[in-house]
Amino acid sequence: MTALQAVVLTLVGIVGVATVLCYDPRRQAVVNGLFGLLLTLLFTVLAAPDVAMSAIVVSSVVYPAVVLVTVNRTRHPGPERPERQDGGPARDPAGSGGDR
Amino acid sequence: MSPSRRRALLFVVPGAVLALALVVAVSGIPDFGSMIHEYARHVDRSAERQRHVSNLVVSVVFDYRGIDTLGEESILFTAVMGAALLLRGSRAVLEQMPRDPSGSDAVRGYGSAFVPVVLLVGLWTVAFGYVTPGGGFQGGVVLGSAAFLVWVVGSYSVFRRVTPELLIHVAEGAAVVGFVTVGLVALPHGEPYLTNVLPLGTPGQLTSGGTIAVLNGITGLAVAAGVVLLFHEFLQEQIQTLPGAREERG
Repeated sequence: MTALQAVVLTLVGIVGVATVLCYDPRRQAVVNGLFGLLLTLLFTVLAAPDVAMSAIVVSSVVYPAVVLVTVNRTRHPGPERPERQDGGPARDPAGSGGDR
Repeated sequence: MSPSRRRALLFVVPGAVLALALVVAVSGIPDFGSMIHEYARHVDRSAERQRHVSNLVVSVVFDYRGIDTLGEESILFTAVMGAALLLRGSRAVLEQMPRDPSGSDAVRGYGSAFVPVVLLVGLWTVAFGYVTPGGGFQGGVVLGSAAFLVWVVGSYSVFRRVTPELLIHVAEGAAVVGFVTVGLVALPHGEPYLTNVLPLGTPGQLTSGGTIAVLNGITGLAVAAGVVLLFHEFLQEQIQTLPGAREERG
């Protein structure tokens, strides 16, 4: 294992732990995108460019976008859905309609 | 002491033991690239001579193990259609949806400059998939991300106008059917399904690989259309979270 491979592997481990330690799901999605970027770097350093090309788009663009939209949608139900009367958990106190 | 602190303290010693064991184990495994599988050695020796492509991964994906790629195409198609079926609820007209223009000038400026770049990179990755690293899957997802960048830079209505739904649906279906049909072309030649029966050309040129080139392009179209369809559904959900959205069920 070369020094570059060892360094990138360590970084992947660190950012992976950081992803788990994030509390807010929206922040976690973005850190997961960074994790995907580091994974892409790892695949490039290990001489697998095809995998790296798929990984960079799927884990930095598609996956965080899908997760962020899902989190937004489930936190702020649409106008037709009944709001919870007892003030359910994970209610955004600002009450904004979600951001992009 | 609170329960979470007690849990954290309980973890310290077993965590250290686990970390030490992992370090010892990982340093003992063979180096990257030291043990090459026999199949990989065979492909390395014979693929360029037999199939006239310089990207050996693509030769395995679209020729030697083409039947597996047919299964992958079906999986992608089914997953995208499943997501579309589950999320298809709102029939609100595009003009009545809340406006969501991009708020930042920097995003609009830099993004607009990058959309054609990403589009070109995606098209190039698909086209030269069997010559340089890349291929149909890789270029397809890059093209999908170019469409996503259009939404980031503009608004949802711009995104929908750039990617007409009927065209994307037709492209997705036609690509899957096309993959199946290209395999059938081998049968009149007396060869098994998905055999490479087109002229092979010279390696390193765009005209090489026979059916590999065709399947590569078809896969690029299928993956791009699938990713754009996925974004259609999910961004429509995102629009519903904005104030002023009116959801009409059924």
